[in-house]
Amino acid sequence: MSTLPRRSFLGLVGAGVGAGLLGTSACGTDATGGSGGDSGKMSIWVLQEEAQNVAHRVALDAFNGRSDVTGELVSTSNDGYRDRLHTAMGSTNRPDVFYNWGGGSIRSYAREDLLVDLSPHLSDNPEWKDAFLPSVLDAGMIDGKYYGIPARGMQPIILFHNKAVFADEGIQPPTTWTELLSAVDRFKNNGIIPFALAGGDAWTELVWPEYLVDRIGGPEVFNAIAAGEAGAWGHPAVSQAITMITDLIDRGGFGDKYASVRWEGAGASTLIAQGRAAMHLMGSWEYTNQVTDQPEYAKKDQGFTAFPVVEDGQGDPKAIVGNPTNYFSVSKSSPNVDAAIQFLREEMASDAYIDAWLKAGDVPAVRNLEERMDKANDPAFVKLVYDMVADAPTFQLSWDQAVERNQAQPMLDALAQVFLGKLDAAGFVKANEDAA
Amino acid sequence: MVATVGAATGKGAGRTPARPRPRESARPATSRPSSWYLAPAALFFGFFAAFPLVLVVYLSFTSWEGIGDPTLVGVDNWVRLFGDSRVLDVIGTTLLLVVLGWATQTPIALLLGVWAAGQQRNRAILSSIFFLPLLLSTAAIALMFNRLFDPYFGLAAEFGPFQNILGTGPGALGAILFVTGWQFIPFHMLLYQAAARNIPKVLYQAALMDGASGFQQFRHITLPQLKNTVITSSTIMIVGSLTYFETILLLTNGGPGTATYTVPFEMYIRGFRSFEFGYASAIATVLVVVATAVSLVIVKFSGFTKMRSTLEGM
Repeated sequence: MSTLPRRSFLGLVGAGVGAGLLGTSACGTDATGGSGGDSGKMSIWVLQEEAQNVAHRVALDAFNGRSDVTGELVSTSNDGYRDRLHTAMGSTNRPDVFYNWGGGSIRSYAREDLLVDLSPHLSDNPEWKDAFLPSVLDAGMIDGKYYGIPARGMQPIILFHNKAVFADEGIQPPTTWTELLSAVDRFKNNGIIPFALAGGDAWTELVWPEYLVDRIGGPEVFNAIAAGEAGAWGHPAVSQAITMITDLIDRGGFGDKYASVRWEGAGASTLIAQGRAAMHLMGSWEYTNQVTDQPEYAKKDQGFTAFPVVEDGQGDPKAIVGNPTNYFSVSKSSPNVDAAIQFLREEMASDAYIDAWLKAGDVPAVRNLEERMDKANDPAFVKLVYDMVADAPTFQLSWDQAVERNQAQPMLDALAQVFLGKLDAAGFVKANEDAA
Repeated sequence: MVATVGAATGKGAGRTPARPRPRESARPATSRPSSWYLAPAALFFGFFAAFPLVLVVYLSFTSWEGIGDPTLVGVDNWVRLFGDSRVLDVIGTTLLLVVLGWATQTPIALLLGVWAAGQQRNRAILSSIFFLPLLLSTAAIALMFNRLFDPYFGLAAEFGPFQNILGTGPGALGAILFVTGWQFIPFHMLLYQAAARNIPKVLYQAALMDGASGFQQFRHITLPQLKNTVITSSTIMIVGSLTYFETILLLTNGGPGTATYTVPFEMYIRGFRSFEFGYASAIATVLVVVATAVSLVIVKFSGFTKMRSTLEGM
């Protein structure tokens, strides 16, 4: 008997790590926080973000005070949340209510019939439905049905800028693409990075084509892509947007080391807060982060405005992109479906919940917020976000959430190559067409 | 190994009737622990390695989003796999990391280990300091270096050429090699230190009398005496580095672009980001095949099966 089989045995053990990684999804039985058929308790899965969970707790305390069913928050860190949720949804230990991003983040659950269709409940309670901004509520629709109730503030992508840096140069934040390019040249010549960018994570780069394609070609261009129409990526607006991005990169619009900056290290946000970068195109969460991490800057110099107009573009300059909001969805298999719906109906538009969000720096997606804006720490920011969304003809969901799940990663990979200067517009279109 | 020893003893036992030895006849030489002792390990391995492995091979013939029931799709995933140039790229990156990792870690670990084997007090203190990285979690190490490599606020900001290290393909590969080396060299150093201390002093004394220089002693005594340790350490290193995952996820996230995608990382992305568990399983199966092939090659060419004690004849 030779020792050979033992060696290959060891090889298999090594490979078993990989196999085990996949295996967990197949036989994952992590019961913690799952509903497990307990009808007295209702699990509500959220992210592990204390600033946000204050608001959720306000809603839950109010609900628990008058209901037989006790709701419990189960929080998981942002990095692991989606993996954990997906594993749980594939098992029988599903959360009763869970936090999600709408679109691609729940599409497969909706198709597998794991979620409660909330449309009839919303039509039966028009005052509940009318409490939310329609564009945001509708952005959570899948195949014409409502599966999610807005559960956080709205998160459009905003052009943040450092007011002190602009004042030093004696210029105003750009309102057109031409102004943007001349500002870029000016900052670069004076040794300031025009745009902070955490290019180590491709989703931070996605905000650029999202806005440019919309400004150049209007919302139809991406709608066709999201719907999976043949040749949709080949629309000239896509190529033009990528060419403009390449031009911006070549001008030094992001400095020369952005590819090494990771989002998690908050490097990009610190650059603009310290005045080493002038602008940052990012979601509204950037505002909240700065308030927490760089309170001095957030108070004094943090400026915010809408994405510039692209001359000769067909899109409406008031159109916005980003994450309309986050949603709470309800598992169909939950023993507490009625209590869960009651919780969402009674609490998600309640005054206490909205005030808690305003206090945290978020702008909830409810109508008639004007009356309550003064409760916020920074009414100017709340007004900007609210008006942006209320006036927007369309609110495009982030592309990586909007496309089919298996096309998101190839799209992000291709975009990362564009930002590394390794792929041109034609290459980007082709990479996406190949993946579609 | 155990089996080989057992067979040899068995042969010896077969010959014993010619020269009976009273002590052995009272207790047969073949007396070894019952095979039931293997049961816990076998069960553990069966449930956590063999069973998932079979499941993964099965899943590679299905289309599955991770929820609902997998749909059998025949060999679709495999046809796609063989036409996917990306898979070749990630296998190439993986093997490059394995080879370069081995080629950098082995000499450093060997030299440090031999150095640390000396009895001087300062060496004992320093080697226990060198050993520290081994006590840290891989995730913590990767995150720490990720921050240190930040081009504006990390340590890298102070060193011109390293500022954009994670932003270029070769730089990011180098960073992974550096971080995994920093993390794993101490372990291999420990193996070499223990082995070097086991080399009989008498060999060096004899060499010294023959007028051998320090280098000659190292070249002709230490190295040959460490041969088996080199093989053991290399096997652990190579099989381990085939499955690097956390370091890549947290340090480079596969980037810049797709420059540091390895097979396990690609598998994770396909499975948990794209929800293509069928295709991810096909990639996992490839990883099993590659890992098995590599360890078979090591066994074949290292003479592991014929491994003898380096002390034979002394």
